[in-house]
Amino acid sequence: MPGTLRLKPPERGTAGLYLAVARGAFRRYSTYRAATLAGTVTNTVFGFILASTFLALWRARPGLGGYDADQAVTYIWVSQALLVTVAVWGGGFQDDVQDRFRSGDIAVDLYRPVDFQGWWLASDLGRAGFHLVSRGALPMLVGALVFDIRLPADPLVWAVFLVSVLLAVVVSFGLRFLVSLTGFWLHDSEGVRSVMLVVSMFFSGMLLPITLFPGLLGASAAVMPFSAMVQIPADLFLQHRTGAAAAGALAFQLGWGVALLAAGRAVQLFATRKVVVQGG
Amino acid sequence: MADTLVARTGWALRSWWLVAGMWSRSLMSYRTSFYLMLLANAVVTFLDFGVLLLMFRHTDDLGGWTLPELGFLYGTSAFALAVANLLVGSIDGLGVRIRAGTLDTVLIRPAPALAQLCAERFSLRRLGRLVQAAAVLGWSLHALPVHWSAGRALMVAGLLVCGSVIFGSIYIGGATLQFWWGEAKELQNSVTYGGATLLQYPPTVFAKELVAATVFGIPLAFVNWLPALAILDKPDPLGLPEAFRYASPLAAALTVTAAGLAWRAGLRAYRGAGN
Repeated sequence: MPGTLRLKPPERGTAGLYLAVARGAFRRYSTYRAATLAGTVTNTVFGFILASTFLALWRARPGLGGYDADQAVTYIWVSQALLVTVAVWGGGFQDDVQDRFRSGDIAVDLYRPVDFQGWWLASDLGRAGFHLVSRGALPMLVGALVFDIRLPADPLVWAVFLVSVLLAVVVSFGLRFLVSLTGFWLHDSEGVRSVMLVVSMFFSGMLLPITLFPGLLGASAAVMPFSAMVQIPADLFLQHRTGAAAAGALAFQLGWGVALLAAGRAVQLFATRKVVVQGG
Repeated sequence: MADTLVARTGWALRSWWLVAGMWSRSLMSYRTSFYLMLLANAVVTFLDFGVLLLMFRHTDDLGGWTLPELGFLYGTSAFALAVANLLVGSIDGLGVRIRAGTLDTVLIRPAPALAQLCAERFSLRRLGRLVQAAAVLGWSLHALPVHWSAGRALMVAGLLVCGSVIFGSIYIGGATLQFWWGEAKELQNSVTYGGATLLQYPPTVFAKELVAATVFGIPLAFVNWLPALAILDKPDPLGLPEAFRYASPLAAALTVTAAGLAWRAGLRAYRGAGN
């Protein structure tokens, strides 16, 4: 019965529902306190290691990529703060969806009177909110105590950064949603997921700012959606892009976010038809 | 059953082999996914090295070490971690089994629990990391301007064995924490993966306190930093006695003993799920 599937955008008046879903996800993640603490320690340890290697590189080549040494160290701590928040190496709602593929509950989800994509987006935004505080702000605080970090003084920069992080999560969600949907055809999306992990770690600027990539590699990294996940929020934080360039960066993130959500919706349409065929 | 140490070790190894074989067969039923993951595993680990290559486009040395020297650190660190991860890496799932109450089923089977848990979810895709590490190591050994004597070659072989033992002990010792704190898995990751990343860079890059912690705290420096000083003839940033550079076998013996004792203590402290 394809006609009963909810494939339209959510109707008005459902905002409260999505808010409740997001709040629920935030609370759900906040219950795993011990695991979160252990994860926060991991982000801090990696922050220390990578900040030291960056300092060594910038000592050898001051001003590399247009950043000074303090900015380079700040870049590391911002990227560590974003790693889990933006789910650069996957996870979040993806793990839940994967479990539901395994158990077959995915079919039930599609018949719920709630939009499938909207539900998971709301839940992922709630999760990201919690991770921004626990695995983002906490390691950053430790980093700021030990290293010379460049924190923005202007509250407007902070506001722009937070909007950019929100858009980064939406772009990341759009990509992970598409990866999860391959489960409808491949039954096991683990393989695609691990390929995606490789690509997004490298091209998001998580391992190295993409301004340091040479020639064509750098040029293509700058236009791919992955740069919206780490490179752009970090640059806005460092005030590496200001004024019109900052507005352009946000527009770039928004553009990719909308495009990926639309693509996800189109693929979902095909996928749900496929489930009806299999389930019939 | 003969209860000699040799017989018991043999039985443990055979149990590991049987469980690992079982998981390999089951994973091979999703062949496409398997090959994709094997490939991704090799590529994802290569990207770490790709970052080093990109860094060296902008500089000739990092902390006084050249690219082939870093390649040696990278190759040995990644190789030791890959071997440990392949052989005992699955042990980090212990916390999940304790929470789900399924550790008891492992304990009542007539095979050593440690061997079974180490082989659980064994996957050959982890070979991807090992292959990539061996390739980088091979390249660096070729590119290093080192005069290769029998002694130096023996040291490289010894380093790989001792390094793998040290990382393996850290896996098991770290997992033991989960008997008391079920969600300590991530903490272990910061020592294993974080440690391996640390060892891919020269010790001169890091604060002296951090390097000292890897010598006298968690003995990561014995995996490759200290023996590398002898093999590559580099100065020691801490100014430790020469003997430390050759002490990796002793460090490996100590860590494996400590991990074994911790494991037995953990198992004894475990009270069962009541089912």
